Amino acid sequence: MPNFEHPEYPEATLLHLESMVPCRESQVSSLLSVFGKRQHFSFPSIFIYGHTSSGKTYVIQTVLETLELPHLFVNCIECFTSRLLLEEILTQLQNLSSEKKHGSRVPCDTFNDFVRLFKQETITQDLQNQTVYIVLDKAEQLREMEANVLPGFLRLQEFTDRNVTVIFLSEIVWELFRPNTGCLEPFTLYFPDYSIGHLQKILSHYHPPEYSADFYAAYINILLGVFYTVCRDLKELRHLAALNFTKYCEPVVRGEASERDTRRLWKNIESHLKKAMQTVYLREISSSQWEKIQQDDGEPGHLKGLSAHAHVELPYYSKFLLIAAYLASYNPARTDKRFFLKHHGKIKKTNFLKKHEKTSNHLLGPKPFPLDRLLAILYSIVDNKVAPTANIFSQITSLVTLQLLTLVGHDDQLDGPKYKCTVSLDFIRAIARTVNFDIIKYLYDFL
Amino acid sequence: MSKRKSKETSSANEECISQVQRIFRERFCHQCPSGKLFGLELQYKHLLELLKRTTIHGESNSALIIGPRGSGKTMLLNHVLKELMEIKEVRENLLQVHLNGLLQTNDKIALKEITRQLQMENVVGDKVFGSFAENLSFLLEALKKGDRENSCPVLFILDEFDLFVHHKNQTLLYNLFDISQSAQTPVTIIGLTCRQDILELLEKRVKSRFSHRQIYLMNSFDFKQYLKIFKEQLYLPAEFSDKTFTQKWNKNVQSLSEDKTVQDVLRNHFHCSKDLRSLHMLLMLALSSITVSHPFMTGADLLEASKLCRMDSKANIVHGLSVLEICLIIAMKHLNDVYEGEPFNFQMVYNEFQKFIQRKAHSMYNFEKPVVMKAFEHLLQLELIKPVDGPSVRAQREYQLMKLLLDNSQIMDALQVYPNCPTDVKQWATSSLSWL
Repeated sequence: MPNFEHPEYPEATLLHLESMVPCRESQVSSLLSVFGKRQHFSFPSIFIYGHTSSGKTYVIQTVLETLELPHLFVNCIECFTSRLLLEEILTQLQNLSSEKKHGSRVPCDTFNDFVRLFKQETITQDLQNQTVYIVLDKAEQLREMEANVLPGFLRLQEFTDRNVTVIFLSEIVWELFRPNTGCLEPFTLYFPDYSIGHLQKILSHYHPPEYSADFYAAYINILLGVFYTVCRDLKELRHLAALNFTKYCEPVVRGEASERDTRRLWKNIESHLKKAMQTVYLREISSSQWEKIQQDDGEPGHLKGLSAHAHVELPYYSKFLLIAAYLASYNPARTDKRFFLKHHGKIKKTNFLKKHEKTSNHLLGPKPFPLDRLLAILYSIVDNKVAPTANIFSQITSLVTLQLLTLVGHDDQLDGPKYKCTVSLDFIRAIARTVNFDIIKYLYDFL
Repeated sequence: MSKRKSKETSSANEECISQVQRIFRERFCHQCPSGKLFGLELQYKHLLELLKRTTIHGESNSALIIGPRGSGKTMLLNHVLKELMEIKEVRENLLQVHLNGLLQTNDKIALKEITRQLQMENVVGDKVFGSFAENLSFLLEALKKGDRENSCPVLFILDEFDLFVHHKNQTLLYNLFDISQSAQTPVTIIGLTCRQDILELLEKRVKSRFSHRQIYLMNSFDFKQYLKIFKEQLYLPAEFSDKTFTQKWNKNVQSLSEDKTVQDVLRNHFHCSKDLRSLHMLLMLALSSITVSHPFMTGADLLEASKLCRMDSKANIVHGLSVLEICLIIAMKHLNDVYEGEPFNFQMVYNEFQKFIQRKAHSMYNFEKPVVMKAFEHLLQLELIKPVDGPSVRAQREYQLMKLLLDNSQIMDALQVYPNCPTDVKQWATSSLSWL
C-alpha cells in the first residue's frame, strides 16, 4: 500500500516512486497534492529551499520523471546569463514537444521575445492540456542577472496565459530573493534536513553486496559518530563512507577479527578517520592519493597536503625580509623604537600595557607599511651589514609574486609603495626557527 | 444493489471532486476574469466612465491606478474591459495595446511591441522592420493623422508603470502623454503601479502632460468584510453540475466561517497581510488536501495551511546546521553582544571559540583550524553571514569583515528546538558575559 494516494497515477508507479525517495515521503505527498491532476492549474511559482544535499534536485527530478510530467530542467550556474537561460529553456521545450525535431538553438535575446516564443511553442502540440514544469536549479544565481528575470519567471503563467509552473530550487531563503518593490509571492516549500536516523538509513542503502547490512550499518554508525558534529552534508558523508570502507574491512579480510568484533574494528579505524578529517574532508589530498595510502599501509605521516606545498624554501635574506615584513605588519609603528633601537629610553608602562583585546593586531589582520619601514627593520634585525642593492629589492618583488606579501594601493605608485604581509603566525614561526630568530620576543601582541 | 449504487456515487464523486479542484485552481492560481470584485465599486465606476468617454465620445485621457501588490489592479481593469467589450460599438472599434514594464525593458522593445500589437504596416508576421527612430516617427505620424470623429480610439495599458519611468529620457511616456493631450486620435493611457510615489519619478515635462487622475486601491476592508470575502471566494457557482454536492459544499463553507478556530486563523492572516492574493494562497493550500475520501474542507486543513504559510524560514535553516556551525554562530552572538554589533572576522570568531573549548577542557570540539574554516565558509554560502563591503579579493579570507544576519532572539529560539543540542553548548549560549 503506497503512502501516496493520487487518483491520477497508477498504484505501481506510486510504489516505485516511494521506493526511490526514502525519508522524503511527506514532501513528495505535499508536492503531489499541489500539482493536482495533469490538466489542473497549479501555483504559478513554487520555491523549494533546504540545506545543501537535502535532496531537492534529486526528489524533483525523480518525481517529474517517474510520473512522466512534461518538464524542463535548467541549472542557473550553467546558464549564467539571461540569454543562455532563455535559449536553453526554449530549446528544451522544442525537444519536449516532438521527439523528431532535434533542437536547433532558438535565438532569444529578451524576455519579451521569450514570452512570445513560449506561447507559440506551447500552442502547437499536446502540451496545451498539461501543466508544463520549468525547474530552475541553483536559483540564487537569478539575482545576479538582469532585474526583470526573477519577477518575470514568477509571473510566467500570467504573461503567457498558459498552464505552466516554474519551480525554483535554492539553499537560500526566500526573504533574500524578494525584489525591492515586491513581486508575486511563490508558494514556499521547505525540505527539512535529514536527522541522524535518516542519514543512517540512507547511507546504509549503499552497502556493497559482499558484506551484510548490519556490518555496514555498524560502520556507518562509527563514521557518523566522528563526522556528524562537523558536517551533515549527505554527499560528503557518502564520499567519506565509500573511501574508508576498505580500511574498515581490513581486520576482517586479514582474518584478525570477525564481523562482530566491534572494539577491534573501532580501534583500527579511529585514527584513520581522524586523519581523514584533516585531509580528504578538507580536500587537501585527492581521493586517489588517499586510497593509495591505504593500500600501501605505510606511514601516513608524510601526507603532503595542498597546504604543505605553501612551505617554500626561501633564500637567507628573503627569510629576513619576510620576518621584517611580518613585524612591520603586526606591530604598530610607534613601538618600533622599543623593539629595534639599542637605547630606547623609558616608555610609560601604563600606556603600553593598556591593550584592549579586540585591538590585538592578530585578530584584525595585517596593516600596510611603507617600504622604508621594512628596510629599517631589516637593517636592525640582520646581524651583518646589508646594502640596499637591487638584489634586495628584487627579492621583495619575488615575495610579492609568491603572494607572501601583497602590494597595497596603486600599481604605478613608484615612490613609496606600501606592502602587507599575508602569512600566518605558524608559518613565520617556522621560518624564524630556521634562522634562529625568536620572533615572539619582537611581537607587540605577545608582550 | 446497494454496492453498485455506492460505487456509482463514489465515481461520481471523483469526477465531481476533479471539477471542484479545477474550478478553484482556476479561481485562485490563474486569476480567471470571472471572479468577483470586492469593495471596489467606486473605482470600478470611475474607470468605466473614463473608458466609456474615450471609446464612445472620443476623448483622450490618462489615468494611473495605484495600489499595493495584490490589491486587484489588473483584475479591476480586466473587469472593466470585459464590460466594455459587451458594447457593440466598442468591440468593433477599440484598439488595445498591452505593455508590461517587466517584459519591455527599454523603449526600443516597447515600440516594437506597440507596432506589433497594432498590426501596423511595417509588421510582417511577428517581425517589425525599421530602426527605432523610423518606428517612432511612423507611429506618431499614424496617431497624429486621426481626429475625434473618424479614427478608432486606442487604449494603452502600461503594467508595472514604475519601470517605464526608468527608461532613457522617458521617451515613450513623453510621446504617449503628448498625444493624449493634443487633439488627434483619441488615446487613453492607463498606468498600473504599486509605488505610491510614482508622480515624483516622472520628469517635469512628462508630469505636466499627465492628467493627474489617480485611482487608488487601498484594500480598505475590515475583518468582517474579510470574512464575507472568504465565504464568497469558497462558494461553488450555481451552474455547477452536481446540485446536491453544491448545496452540501456551500453549507460547509457557511459553517466554517462561523467556526471559532477558522476565524482565529483568518484573523492572524488578516493581521499579517490584508491583500486577497495571500488569502488565495492559503485557500489554495487548504484545497489541495481535498480528495474523494476527504471531500469537505475542515478547520484543521486551514490551520495546517496557515502553519505552512507562516513558517520562519531562517529558523528552519538554523535547525539543519551541524554542531560546529552552531558553536560558531554562538561565538558570533557573543562577539555582537560585547562589541555591540560591530563587524567581525573569522579570526575573532575562532578566538572566541577557542576560549569556549579551553574553559572546561571540551576536547570533543577540538577541531583543526581549517575544519572550522570550512564550517565558516558553509555559513557564508548559506548567507547567514555576509561580508560587510562586498567580496574583495585583496584581503585574506580570515580577516575579511562580516556581519551576522540573525538576531539574538532568533538564535535562542532556534537553539530551543535544535535536535540533540549538547547541554554545554546551550549553557554557553545563555551565559551572559558577567565575568568581563
